Amino acid sequence: MEASNVTIGRVEPVVIRPPSRWTGIGAAELWRFRELLFFFAWRDLKVRYKQTFLGVTWAVLQPVMYMVVFTLFFGRIADLYSEGKPYALLALSGSVIWLFFANAVALSAGSLVGNASLITKIYFPRLLAPLAPLIAGLVDLALSFAVLLAVMAAYGEYPAPGRIWVVIPFLVLAMVTAAGVGSWLAALNVKYRDVRYVVPFMLQLWLFASPVVYSSELLEGRLETLYYLNPMAGVVEGFRWATLGGVPPSYGSVGLSALAAAVMLVLGVLYFRRTERTFADIV
Amino acid sequence: MSRHSIEVRELAKRYRLGEGDALHGSLREAIVGAAASVLHLARGRGRQEADTIWALDHVSFDVEQGEVLGIVGRNGAGKTTLLKLLSGITDPTDGEARIWGRVGSLLEVGTGFHPDLTGRENILLNGAILGMRRREIEQKFDEIVEFAEVERFIDTPVKRYSSGMYLRLAFSVAAHLEPEILIVDEVLAVGDASFQRKCLGRMGEVSGEGRTVLLVSHNMAAIRSLTSQVLWLEKGRVERFGPTAEVVGDYLAAAGEPIGDGLVDLRDDEVRHGAPKWTAQEVRFESVALLDAEGRATSRVPERAPLRIEIAFQVREAVRFFEVAARIKTTDGTRVFSCYSGQTDERLEQGRYVVTCTVPQQPLRPGIYRVELGAMGIDHQDIVPEALTFEVEAGHQEEENPRYAEGRGHGLVRVEADWTEIEPASEAFGERLLAR
Repeated sequence: MEASNVTIGRVEPVVIRPPSRWTGIGAAELWRFRELLFFFAWRDLKVRYKQTFLGVTWAVLQPVMYMVVFTLFFGRIADLYSEGKPYALLALSGSVIWLFFANAVALSAGSLVGNASLITKIYFPRLLAPLAPLIAGLVDLALSFAVLLAVMAAYGEYPAPGRIWVVIPFLVLAMVTAAGVGSWLAALNVKYRDVRYVVPFMLQLWLFASPVVYSSELLEGRLETLYYLNPMAGVVEGFRWATLGGVPPSYGSVGLSALAAAVMLVLGVLYFRRTERTFADIV
Repeated sequence: MSRHSIEVRELAKRYRLGEGDALHGSLREAIVGAAASVLHLARGRGRQEADTIWALDHVSFDVEQGEVLGIVGRNGAGKTTLLKLLSGITDPTDGEARIWGRVGSLLEVGTGFHPDLTGRENILLNGAILGMRRREIEQKFDEIVEFAEVERFIDTPVKRYSSGMYLRLAFSVAAHLEPEILIVDEVLAVGDASFQRKCLGRMGEVSGEGRTVLLVSHNMAAIRSLTSQVLWLEKGRVERFGPTAEVVGDYLAAAGEPIGDGLVDLRDDEVRHGAPKWTAQEVRFESVALLDAEGRATSRVPERAPLRIEIAFQVREAVRFFEVAARIKTTDGTRVFSCYSGQTDERLEQGRYVVTCTVPQQPLRPGIYRVELGAMGIDHQDIVPEALTFEVEAGHQEEENPRYAEGRGHGLVRVEADWTEIEPASEAFGERLLAR
């Protein structure tokens, strides 16, 4: 037996043994399976567009409806401060990036239970399941982003060519947050099916904790540090500045949001990795 | 020394029983439970142990590179658990396994197939899920489609496929995987007979290419024809591990077979499962019976006693060159011998007929056997692959000399042979031996 292990040219074996308590993120393996990540995202998109009547229109309709409703209630009736811009644009820019985040989290949270038959029959890095909705969400985001630009143009507003690229780091920040929260909720959902009911409620509260329907300038000075511990506060604000302009977010607030996002990612993924060993047994 | 592909040492998996509450718990229960344990109100720990089961109980074995290992056992014996552990789907509770090479596992046909996607899309997706690279899938795409025989429907959503087409496509993708180690769970049980044969052929090719295959199956004919070693699991433990012929024989003997009362109505569709559909329909078998010396139906025949099979059939349209065949098979489908009635000289007119086949001193050794019936005119008229099951009972001689009693180690049939007395070899004999 020992002899066979040292045969020249023979690769090291894969060893299967009881799991240790803590494992890394498994980045090497994720990289090896990267194609599958895109296949999962591709499948989600294909299936959604085939199954739904409105298909691709949903990606556009959602932020537009948000804009209309928010503008009616918060813009007209409550007459919220809107940084001197049309309130509709403030609401739409916030909604576009927020909906990307919220949809990604919701789909990630259900991803393991939704793929139960795969998980019990095939091995693949389990993290791919909650990550795939993020990739699929980018397609929707591209569409809704185009709508944002169109509506801006209708109001006679154009993004500054030198600033528009800043949406990318903020988008990355939103993805980091969604990956952390999404994988944590996905793992939790395997064990506690209540999570499914908690997620929509949680996202609703989170929406109002982020400057989607209002400008964060309203909060200046009050509880600011605490406020930016919500990574989406920095994301929405930064995204809005990159598209609409106005007062740029401070380095401090963005840094704080980025730090919070990183912590969420690490904790979420570690929790996921720690519990993923039991997914196939209990999902 | 040959290389091992897989080394399994004391591998074990424990599951908890009576779940529902403990695993799929709700948050409320978890919170209450946490609170309770903080207050030292946790339920006794002893219960936890009692509620667990070792699905796989410290199993050890090796598989050599290029070997095809069959895994047999009753439902719940731990076969699928073992495959899941080796595939990395779930983790062991104890022990370890070492695996050299890329593992491809096929625990279910069509895993990851999506009904709304077309055949083409599902091939891409399923291939990726099974571990193929995009380039690899594209290269084999035509081959996969051809093997599955679904060319015309490749752009149709698979929810519109017949179940047969669906299974063919799903198996075809999996069959074109090229891992060093292929793990297959009972997927040969699906599809029609001709497709099953095709799959078996493909499996044979795979092992012929030097890849290691682990195959779980209840189909003993498949196990026999494909595997060289068999691992027999019983309640999570290794019951036997060894050459296929020996282990399968013992497994079948232990598994037991339901045996009827020796009279079977062949008009019943249940009995006819597995019968080919391509036969002409002019003649239909109606019943078959195994008769004892008094002419009563029986399912037990003593060793070396006469074997009498009475066959009734109906001729719906007159047939020429008519002949009946009775074939004796083992439970795993190996044919032992066949008896033919010989062609009729005259036309057989419409009506009911009976014919009896007698083997004066039947040669079968103790065990379970089946009778297959065939009727032929110019074409095949009717075939019933498993018309009747019967048991050959050990004669008195075996009881007296236990050395010859049990098992199939002695072969399937007993034949008479004359032996000379054992005597010292003469010098002349020795010289003759050398001269050769």
